[in-house]
Amino acid sequence: MTQEEIQHEEWTQIIEPTEGIFNFNLRELWRYRDLILLFVRRDFIAVYKQTILGPLWHFLQPLFTTAVYTIFISIVKVPTDEIPRILFILTGVVIWNYFSQCLVKTSNTFIGNASIFGKVYFPRLVIPIAVVISNLMSFCIQCLLIIPFLFFYRENIHPNFYILFIPFLILILAMMGLGLGVLVSSLTIKYRDLNYLIGFSVQLAMYATPVIYPLSLIPGRFKSIAALNPLSPVVEVFRYALLGKGTFSIETVLYSAVAAILILIIGVLMFRRVENSFMDTV
Amino acid sequence: MGTVIRVEHVSKVYQLGKVGTGTLASDIQRSFARLTGKEDPLLRIGQKQSEDGIHIALRDVSFNVTQGQVLGIIGKNGAGKSTLLKIVSRVTAPSTGKIKMRGRLASLLEVGTGFHPELSGRENIFLNGAILGMTKKEVARKFDEIVEFSGVAKFIDTPVKRYSSGMYVRLAFAVAAHLEPEILIVDEVLAVGDADFQRKCLGKMKDVSSQGRTVLFVSHNMEAVKNLCQEVVLLEKGQVAEIGNPTAVINSYFKRNTEYNSKVIFEEENAPGNEIVKLRKAELHIHEGETLDINQGFDLHFEFDLKNDYPEFNFSLNLFSITGEHIFNTVSTVVSVNCGRVKGNCTIPSNLMNSGNYTVSIMAVSQRSITLFYFQNVMNFEIFDNRENEKWFGNISGAVRPKLDWKIS
Repeated sequence: MTQEEIQHEEWTQIIEPTEGIFNFNLRELWRYRDLILLFVRRDFIAVYKQTILGPLWHFLQPLFTTAVYTIFISIVKVPTDEIPRILFILTGVVIWNYFSQCLVKTSNTFIGNASIFGKVYFPRLVIPIAVVISNLMSFCIQCLLIIPFLFFYRENIHPNFYILFIPFLILILAMMGLGLGVLVSSLTIKYRDLNYLIGFSVQLAMYATPVIYPLSLIPGRFKSIAALNPLSPVVEVFRYALLGKGTFSIETVLYSAVAAILILIIGVLMFRRVENSFMDTV
Repeated sequence: MGTVIRVEHVSKVYQLGKVGTGTLASDIQRSFARLTGKEDPLLRIGQKQSEDGIHIALRDVSFNVTQGQVLGIIGKNGAGKSTLLKIVSRVTAPSTGKIKMRGRLASLLEVGTGFHPELSGRENIFLNGAILGMTKKEVARKFDEIVEFSGVAKFIDTPVKRYSSGMYVRLAFAVAAHLEPEILIVDEVLAVGDADFQRKCLGKMKDVSSQGRTVLFVSHNMEAVKNLCQEVVLLEKGQVAEIGNPTAVINSYFKRNTEYNSKVIFEEENAPGNEIVKLRKAELHIHEGETLDINQGFDLHFEFDLKNDYPEFNFSLNLFSITGEHIFNTVSTVVSVNCGRVKGNCTIPSNLMNSGNYTVSIMAVSQRSITLFYFQNVMNFEIFDNRENEKWFGNISGAVRPKLDWKIS
């Protein structure tokens, strides 16, 4: 080998106009794991600084939402598979919150962090991953909120070994939230309209998912359409695990898992495609 | 020692104008054309437009940096310095070309990137360190040193939003200064902080390079560049105009810019003025050498066309800083002149003016009181700084900077 070639071997970094799109660069992401954790910490601590109630908001927000929906479904008399309404809604709201928070907060990755991204390089995926993790922490806190209700209504419900699958459900939601979120954030660089669209799209999606009604309520001819929503089985399994009532099958859960993986891959591919040059557009 | 950065034919093109609105339709058109294998319809129709609509920030830039070297990058605003740094620090990708690097790189395009106002100084040190590429362990190891260097030990557990701006910047720079990358990229951070702190920062940069690390340093502060760098790249309109020894490149930079501003010649038909007096020429002559620095005396030379004879005639020259500060007014001796060409020459001695940008206005006066015409901003020029064997590279303030006799006993 010539001198030139030997030198060539030693380059640790080559900056080129475009990187290979299938280069996910996981190793680099791993190298920045400390940064991910610090961002998680920052998001978690900074949010409730200078609020009177502080971390209590983690409880209050789902409680208020639950109260509103419970009153609503009591008025319109939505059947809840004989589960106490408040518990039915609370479980739905908590698991839905995880998905919607992941999606909404990661969808702002590029625009919300443009000032940092414009000044220093780190793998851009660090930010949305940190968001997903810090939301996981609020999710765990909110799960604690469910426990006293489970205890109070212990006569009416049947928790079962499906509880062991909850981490798997969360993984599916995390992948979907992250995948869709980074996809949207990659598109918002050019089309800011999506920023406004995302808020109420998530709201609409909630009504298309059995959060405040059971899947069993859907009449036969709409069942096949409802089955297309990969979020539904996740919510139903979660409820089944804690309460003993839910409509799902192995196939629908697998469908959700496959959909989640595909969404994540598409989202990340799109994200990687724009992350190198988005600063020129924003 | 080997090359640690090799910049190969790097160009960067920016799209000008509106990005975003109304592009969905054109994007769909474009993707559709690409799918069906046709030419880009928009490019074809708007060929001319797309040529106008781009800005070439960097054009075929190549250079190498060897290990342990401090490389200065200079150039006027808009010459492409910041774009180059952004590409090297991977904030944005080049349009064409490659950059190869060996070793870990940290860039300081700004101090305190990612500082969160609600977090304490301590938390921000860890966060900022990690953003700049350090692991938690490395920051923890350096933590005491960082706090010491910043001088904000007392407030380390206070949220940084309560810090004064000086404290904030000192803390931010302290984190940056304790990075241990093989390659450090610095953009104008010397512009912050007080004199004492600046000295600390420069000292730190010298240390970094003496430890065998490589520094890329962009600055407008030529004194700092001259004293810190072993080699300087001069960028002009996105291209490398010169590479080499700092003094030579900096002088050439000054020369290029001096010539540009300080010679104006007018043809008779478009000469400024009125029916009785017209300005035909305004020129700056440097006494020795080619660059106008504070150690150079220079002449301001004017030529006018007069339509009448004036038994009592004089000039009154006003010098302003570029920011509009009136530096001085100097009035010439009163003479008798005949119609035709009148030449005026005003000598400004060396070591009188401060460094900076100046504009000149000149008034033609008759009978010691009547303004024939006031020519405003007839020319402008820049006086460069020149300090040798100095340790202070900050601004020396004041309207003038005369060299005066001192007796110290």
